[in-house]
Amino acid sequence: MKIPAELLYSTDHEWVKVENGKAIIGITDFAQDQLGDVVFVEVPEVDTEINAGDGLSTIESVKAVSDVYSPISGKVIEANEELSDAPQLINEDPYGKGWIAVIEIADENELKELLSAEAYEKLLSEEA
Amino acid sequence: MEGKKTPLYDTHIKYGGKIVEFGGWLLPVQYSGIIEEHKAVRTKAGLFDVSHMGEIWAEGKGAFAFLQNLVTNDLADMQEGQIRYSPMCYKDGGTVDDLLVYKYSEELYLIVVNAANIEKDWNWMVENAAGFAVALTNKSDETAQLALQGPLAVAILSKLTDAPVSEIQYYHFLPEVMVAGKKTMVSRTGYTGEDGYEIYCAPADAAELWEAIMAAGKEEGILPTGLGCRDTLRFESCLPLYGHELSAEISPLMAGLGRFVKLDKEAFNGLEALKAQKAAGLAKKVMGLEVTGRGIARAGYPVKADGKVIGSVTTGSPAPTLGKNMALALLDAAYAEIGREIAVEVRGKDISAVIVAKPFYKRG
Repeated sequence: MKIPAELLYSTDHEWVKVENGKAIIGITDFAQDQLGDVVFVEVPEVDTEINAGDGLSTIESVKAVSDVYSPISGKVIEANEELSDAPQLINEDPYGKGWIAVIEIADENELKELLSAEAYEKLLSEEA
Repeated sequence: MEGKKTPLYDTHIKYGGKIVEFGGWLLPVQYSGIIEEHKAVRTKAGLFDVSHMGEIWAEGKGAFAFLQNLVTNDLADMQEGQIRYSPMCYKDGGTVDDLLVYKYSEELYLIVVNAANIEKDWNWMVENAAGFAVALTNKSDETAQLALQGPLAVAILSKLTDAPVSEIQYYHFLPEVMVAGKKTMVSRTGYTGEDGYEIYCAPADAAELWEAIMAAGKEEGILPTGLGCRDTLRFESCLPLYGHELSAEISPLMAGLGRFVKLDKEAFNGLEALKAQKAAGLAKKVMGLEVTGRGIARAGYPVKADGKVIGSVTTGSPAPTLGKNMALALLDAAYAEIGREIAVEVRGKDISAVIVAKPFYKRG
């Protein structure tokens, strides 16, 4: 299970990559493995204002519908439209081409609530 | 997670099965992936653990009369070694379960029922056995079952036995077959829409049989296959799943299973009610849908036309062989016509869909 050291993680299995006041968000390798084959992704609309904990995206596997909750608050400035035609990118490259959205970070303090790679790895070992 | 373990539980863990609870049982939803497993069954072969299914035996001089009264299909012309599918109804025409009847002899039948319904079916059968010279035995816990499904199933099973398994006709069985040195019963049946076998054995032999079949099928590309693709396979073939397309509220006629309901039989549970349903015209029908808009219809989602709800989805998911999103839905009969454009409400949004013919997939 890949857990890149440079990313931050939520307890709901999303990852966050912080770059110049922006946050790129996706779901973790563990999350995609749990879901199985992803067949449909609904990404948020650009310019949507979102609060931490709100629904950011809906990901459907063959058998199940799962909500992705935004780990932080802010405005959606980019969404990965490529996932409409290629939802399997979530499985194939969860930390790269499978990114879901970019949010303009409203409150840097929220980042402190997120887990380091080390802490996330510990969480996974506890869940297993 | 709580649930009963089949004799193959440890085998599933060994093969990387992702365990879920289903009808009170702990079973693998998938191993390598639902879509890959689905395609293996359509093109090569897959091996399922279906040990959770229920096996009830009916024996005695009155076994035939008891069954003939119990199920909607006609068993009168069955030969020894033959199998018949049938719904089993309440007096009001609602469905208790759907099942397979295996005829061993005039006085001995095996009834295979859905795992989630074993207790309910058993109670219903015992209640309906009154007055018939029949002894019922529930051997569900003493019977394991593997389903070897796919176009290469015959080639694979033939390697493991001297018995003429390739000659077993569809919906027939051989009562005693040595497979990989284990005593089994083998039937040419399945729940995938493909050719294949269901192999019944003692729980103690299940793990070794599993390993033998997996090894024999290696060069054919066999995969261990889980409940996830079992559902997508049966769904593409529009085989009903109890609790979805059949229920106490959904009669076999509404489900489109009229060919398994012999209204000209003298008597059976539900005959009068089903005759009345047919005479009055069915109020609701299970129809096939192709979702043409962007989205996936899921069980329970409302189906709409003319701005009102006309029914709901009973099963919905991608159909991997078709590459489309399909659904089965119970609809008001007034709207149940092939070609009609309707909508499915997906998370508050109406997504376009069209009523299409069933089944969605038929093997060539």
